[in-house]
Amino acid sequence: MTTNLGHISDRAGNAEPVLSIDRLQVTFATDGGDVQAVKDVSLDVKSGEVVAIVGESGSGKTVTAKTILGLLPETAISSGAVLINGNNVISVSKSTLRKIRGRDVAMVFQEPSTALNPVFTVGWQIAEGIRAHATDGRRVSAKEAKLRATDALRKVGIPDPETRVNYYPHQFSGGQKQRVVIAAALALNPGLIVADEPTTALDVTVQAEILQLLRDLRDNYGTSIVLITHNMGVVADLADRVVVMYQGDVVEEASSRVLFAEPKVEYTKKLLAAVPHLGRHSASEGARGRLHQDGEILVEAKNLTIEYPGRFGRNGFKAVDNVSFTVSENEVFGLVGESGSGKSTIGRAIAGLNRTTGGSLKVLGYEMLDFKERTFRPLRKEIGFVFQDPAASFNPHLTIGECVAEPLIIHTKPSAAEARKKVGELLESVQLPASYAQRYPHELSGGQRQRASLARSLALNPRLLIADEPTSALDVSVQAKVLDLFKDIQEQFGFAALFISHDLAVVDMLSHWVGVLYKGQLVEQGIGNHVMGSPQHDYTKRLIASLPVPDPDEQARRREAHRALLGG
Amino acid sequence: MSTPALTAPKQPLFSRLPVVSHFKKSVGLQRGMLMVGLVLTGLLILTSIFAPLLAPYGYSQLSDASGSFPTQEAPGAKHLLGTTVSGYDVLSRVIWGSQTAVTVIVVSVAMSIFLGVALGLLSGYFGGWLDRILVVVADAIYAFPTLLLAIVISIVISKGQSSFWGGIFSCAFSITVVFVPQYFRVIRAETIRLKAEPFVESAKVLGASSMRIIGRHIFKNATRTLPLMFTLNASEAILTLAGLGFLGFGIEPTSAAEWGFDLNKALADTSSGIWWTGVFPGIAIVLTVLGLTLVGESINDLNDPRIRGRKRAGAPTAPTTPAAPTTAASEPEEAGKP
Repeated sequence: MTTNLGHISDRAGNAEPVLSIDRLQVTFATDGGDVQAVKDVSLDVKSGEVVAIVGESGSGKTVTAKTILGLLPETAISSGAVLINGNNVISVSKSTLRKIRGRDVAMVFQEPSTALNPVFTVGWQIAEGIRAHATDGRRVSAKEAKLRATDALRKVGIPDPETRVNYYPHQFSGGQKQRVVIAAALALNPGLIVADEPTTALDVTVQAEILQLLRDLRDNYGTSIVLITHNMGVVADLADRVVVMYQGDVVEEASSRVLFAEPKVEYTKKLLAAVPHLGRHSASEGARGRLHQDGEILVEAKNLTIEYPGRFGRNGFKAVDNVSFTVSENEVFGLVGESGSGKSTIGRAIAGLNRTTGGSLKVLGYEMLDFKERTFRPLRKEIGFVFQDPAASFNPHLTIGECVAEPLIIHTKPSAAEARKKVGELLESVQLPASYAQRYPHELSGGQRQRASLARSLALNPRLLIADEPTSALDVSVQAKVLDLFKDIQEQFGFAALFISHDLAVVDMLSHWVGVLYKGQLVEQGIGNHVMGSPQHDYTKRLIASLPVPDPDEQARRREAHRALLGG
Repeated sequence: MSTPALTAPKQPLFSRLPVVSHFKKSVGLQRGMLMVGLVLTGLLILTSIFAPLLAPYGYSQLSDASGSFPTQEAPGAKHLLGTTVSGYDVLSRVIWGSQTAVTVIVVSVAMSIFLGVALGLLSGYFGGWLDRILVVVADAIYAFPTLLLAIVISIVISKGQSSFWGGIFSCAFSITVVFVPQYFRVIRAETIRLKAEPFVESAKVLGASSMRIIGRHIFKNATRTLPLMFTLNASEAILTLAGLGFLGFGIEPTSAAEWGFDLNKALADTSSGIWWTGVFPGIAIVLTVLGLTLVGESINDLNDPRIRGRKRAGAPTAPTTPAAPTTAASEPEEAGKP
């Protein structure tokens, strides 16, 4: 596979570029005046080449991708040139643009479930593109279009395409839906596919399959791919060349192996250093047994079952099935699992946001099976909760200071001066200036908001903290800082924590003990670095093998191992 | 859309008031519409405040020092807009009518907002049987024709006719009954949406009581659409008031001037070529409704960043350029994820 990579880029070296962007600038009109989203971007994509555009949110990578297809909103104006097979997308007429789309360039969107129309069959949706591009004035018959749609589905590895072509989007899983979206993009054999975060909405194991599919397309059909992503693992896995963007500018451009091995620009170095790498900085490094077992057990789940009631005449859905674990004082328990594994449900049940339906869940000695808000309320001050999306977990009408003071006001009723002082201390303990208390949540950046959220959950010095995907809405470099802070504060305050995440590397960095959830069942638990290093259960093995690491050579080796695992 | 606050200091209170802030961010046709609406509404309010100074005669005045007013006299020097069949001065009736209109709008909309918001918050947050009963009642009220309902309420309250405040309140009450379900529904839907927001859940996890959550966290967030509903409902309130008056359930001409009532009396005049008794109260109703609707619709459009028009990017607009470089440096975050 690695030799193949080199070969492709060599072959691509002397070919005509499929896409050529020259000094592109995009400006948006907003209420706060003009905003230059893309300042000066020039890049070429050759035939059969995978070029990744990476950058954090706000770097202009998505805007660049949208410009390639002429999908910018009306409030934007662009200058420069975007040449696709000789046509300048920025200046061509609308009808020419329509012809270019689909035939010369196609797009794969981030969220496959919203990119497909739920009321039409997938076959119809793929055929729509085919019929819209009737060549030489000849109409494509419905039958022929369907036949070609079936072919496209076969190309992307949907089993039994003759039957599945008549299925509706909801009959496919998330990964298969993304395959269908890719099939629709492929239907007219475009030379170039723009994939905007094609795997971000997918689970790791599914992500590995989609990346493999994209790689096969490049190898078998010579399709060029522009890959927009923030995930360095994905870049290392798929890209030949990498373009790093920062605040609307290209800061570095290099072949993927060179970039990961010797980044030149300071920003790239920082970005790469911030990417969590499985097996490095493990919190349980060198641990032989389970740490922190001498203290009190704060959370104890025995055969815990949580069932969501089904609709009339249907069975309920078991989100959590027969799960047993404990969290002791001072311990960080990491809960990993893909979407739908029930990890958030467990976290919410511990905080009393969900009801348990079977087994036993004891939180600070309180049996959650007979949960009553009134009797549980006194215990709430012992439990902190950090939510996934820091932007949504603050009341937009209150200042940060008021938000952080909420728990104090509810439980201890301090005077205004006391509250102000305490809020200042709390903000400083999460490395925010005390003056930020005057600001409103939208005036803080994502990372600052998540710190404030941490400050709020720590206001009453809780014994237990539940962190539900606290960093998944943040950029990598911000995530790294927040994780460091979390680690420091945990050591300083000494609370027990349940750390919930889908990201294995992040969980490993923080947790002493890790549990792996799969379809509501706890399939494996153990010392963090043992679970990551030598997984026992098949699912854990698969999960870890499909996680791409930010290093092209190592990733190529892992990919082979992953394939062997699936084959054997 | 709020990022300018990152760099710019907070705007003074005046510029953050609902209508003022909307006017500031409007451009082009939307600005024109809002401006016309504001002028018409402003005229209405000014007329109602200064009615005693503006009107040449009282609303129930039938004679002055020089004797009784003639009936059905065409517009002329003494009576600028003519007189009605009963001998009232049309201009004075139209001007005094604005006072009735504004009072009814304020009273009815204020009552329905208080009731609707309170019920909507409770019903949406607690759910359960309370919610179900209130929704059924609201739907039942929706099912009636509004005017019919208003007539029934008006009869129940005032037993037909009454004084100025009695008439105002019976009109306002009947309009309230019709409008409460609207406010109730909107606030309830918002509350149900907000109930699942992480910031409400986080308040719950902190142990805040239900009343605190409703009062502090949900109330302010759920009531953002109220200025819009207020303006849209105000125009409907005028129409309902006029409808009631027209059908004879309004206020006696001796206790207040009311456009709907005047229109009713002018009905017989139309066939005999007397146009001034009907046209002027009619125009007053049309302009009032038009003004309020324009304001409401413009606010509606301006609230939605997808519909709101903006100045073209890069256009040579001198006043905005000083702000542009500072915001551009800190703002690509917003623009990067359209």
